[in-house]
Amino acid sequence: MSQFRKSITAVLLSLVAGAALADATLLNASYDVARDVYKDFNPLFQKYWKAKAGESVELKQSHGGSTKQVRAVADGLEADVVTMNQANDIEFLADKGLVAKDWAKKFPNSASPYTSTMVFIVRKGNPKTIKDWSDVAAPGVQMIIPHPKNTGNGRNTYLSAWAWALKQPGGNDAKAQEFLGKLLKNAPLFAAGGRDATTTFMQRKMGDVLITFESEAEMIAKEFGKGEFEVVYPSLTMQTEFPVALVEKVVDKKGTRKQAQAYLEYLWSKEGQENAAQNYLRPRDAELLKKYATFFPPVKTFTVDEVFGGANKAFAAHFKDGGSFDQIYQSK
Amino acid sequence: MAAKTHRVLPGFGLALGYTLVYLSILILLPLGGMILKASELGFGQIIDIALGERSLAAFRVTFGASFLAAAINAFFGLIVAWVLVRYPFPGKRFVDALVDLPFALPTAVAGITLATLYAGNGWLGQYLEPLGIKVAYTPLGIVFALTFITLPFVVRTLQPVIEDIETEVEEAAASLGASRWQTFVKVIFPAIFPALLTGFALAFARAVGEYGSVIFIAGNLPLISEITPLLIISKLEQYDVLGATALAVVMLALSFILLLAVNLLQWWTANRHKNSEPLEVVAAKARGVTA
Repeated sequence: MSQFRKSITAVLLSLVAGAALADATLLNASYDVARDVYKDFNPLFQKYWKAKAGESVELKQSHGGSTKQVRAVADGLEADVVTMNQANDIEFLADKGLVAKDWAKKFPNSASPYTSTMVFIVRKGNPKTIKDWSDVAAPGVQMIIPHPKNTGNGRNTYLSAWAWALKQPGGNDAKAQEFLGKLLKNAPLFAAGGRDATTTFMQRKMGDVLITFESEAEMIAKEFGKGEFEVVYPSLTMQTEFPVALVEKVVDKKGTRKQAQAYLEYLWSKEGQENAAQNYLRPRDAELLKKYATFFPPVKTFTVDEVFGGANKAFAAHFKDGGSFDQIYQSK
Repeated sequence: MAAKTHRVLPGFGLALGYTLVYLSILILLPLGGMILKASELGFGQIIDIALGERSLAAFRVTFGASFLAAAINAFFGLIVAWVLVRYPFPGKRFVDALVDLPFALPTAVAGITLATLYAGNGWLGQYLEPLGIKVAYTPLGIVFALTFITLPFVVRTLQPVIEDIETEVEEAAASLGASRWQTFVKVIFPAIFPALLTGFALAFARAVGEYGSVIFIAGNLPLISEITPLLIISKLEQYDVLGATALAVVMLALSFILLLAVNLLQWWTANRHKNSEPLEVVAAKARGVTA
């Protein structure tokens, strides 16, 4: 028994010692496909912080669905920073008192260091001549998207189409809902997630158009080859944000406020911005945006704040039970 | 009859206590917590959530597909179990091990694999689609996924029972003039029926809760191919934990009622079977010896 206890103590001690090797340890709770961005970003920050403050920082990543991640943080996952792909997920943490109420003002650009946008991926040669949202809603066109109610990716597509319909001559909410009804009729399925939608479209060759993040298009090119598809930018689409925030309660408890703050600020540095661009996310830095212009052609975008008055409002009006999405599927 | 019975192995009290604590921590505690959480909503609200159009459609899809999948496995699983027990053939151990694979495979992998196979351009889908049979992204796909996931339950429940039926019993039936069909219906089937029911119930219960494999092949269209677990996830996406537990509790109650019904059916058949006791027991009773 005492032998057993000794070995347990040894294991625990070695764990503590392992953690003590670094001057500070930060945990970044992030969304699913952010792996590549932060895999490249973390070593950059470690180098920067070593040079600036003379401290070595250990960086840990936790990835998962955005909503699941913030629920884990709310339930006690000790993340110092959260880097998400939906503002309403961070709002949730703000409501719980874990994140500052004015988190969006703590960093530039509504606390979103880079952006992306929703684009159409069509088959080579664009056989159905899909140029804009009206073409996707045309009869005989099949659209592949992830579930609009259950995935951020699907919600962005839904709101993009809604905003486009609003901006058409004589557009209003009723007309937008009618348009969405037509659009969703063209979905033969709702994929489980963004990558599942990509597989369904590219590998199983279902549908005429896949709607997803611009950054996903480059992933598809790597996986399936550039010759297989074309990217189409609609006349209006959403600028999707990737908000970040400090988890106030955790950094105060762990005493890591300084490092965590620097970590997030570094996302806006030249190095951080260039890393985002290399991962096909649109940098905020205008110079870099120009440098990588071949990746990021100019596109007319809107933000959720402009059209829907904030992420929470958009969610409540469209994706809560009984919202516009559910209304479309109510049989009469 | 002695009032106190002595068991061969001691420690009944300890073992029972252990069992109760173990089951409480493992099963009753989480389920109790869930029900407690759901009770923050009134009974009326829970019913409202459960009777919504989308929820009703999802319950129909979930329980319907699970029932079909369990029924398909009850039939084909019986054949598989029979072949594996009764016939020697090369590679038998390999085939036997294959049966367990659905247990080991992560369910998401199963779902993605099946969707790829049965999609319009998949190995199998390309032949089925011209015939007008669409599997991937339809409710039929859900049945396929659940059938795959639940096969081991029926086979593994039946195997030991079939092993226990001695071939002499069949030979005796034949020598007494029973046809092959009669031998199966009157001798073999009654012996394996309770195990078949158990296998069916296990498969059904597993299928009702299945999420990982189904969402990749279902298509997830509201009112058509949404399963209840997907609606639960959808509620969680809205941070509506209460709504999610309400759906979960209703699902649990329905499953419990169905499993209870299967258990009662099993108990009834087992008892009915007792009345037609083997000859030697009847003979022993006639001699005045009680078993």
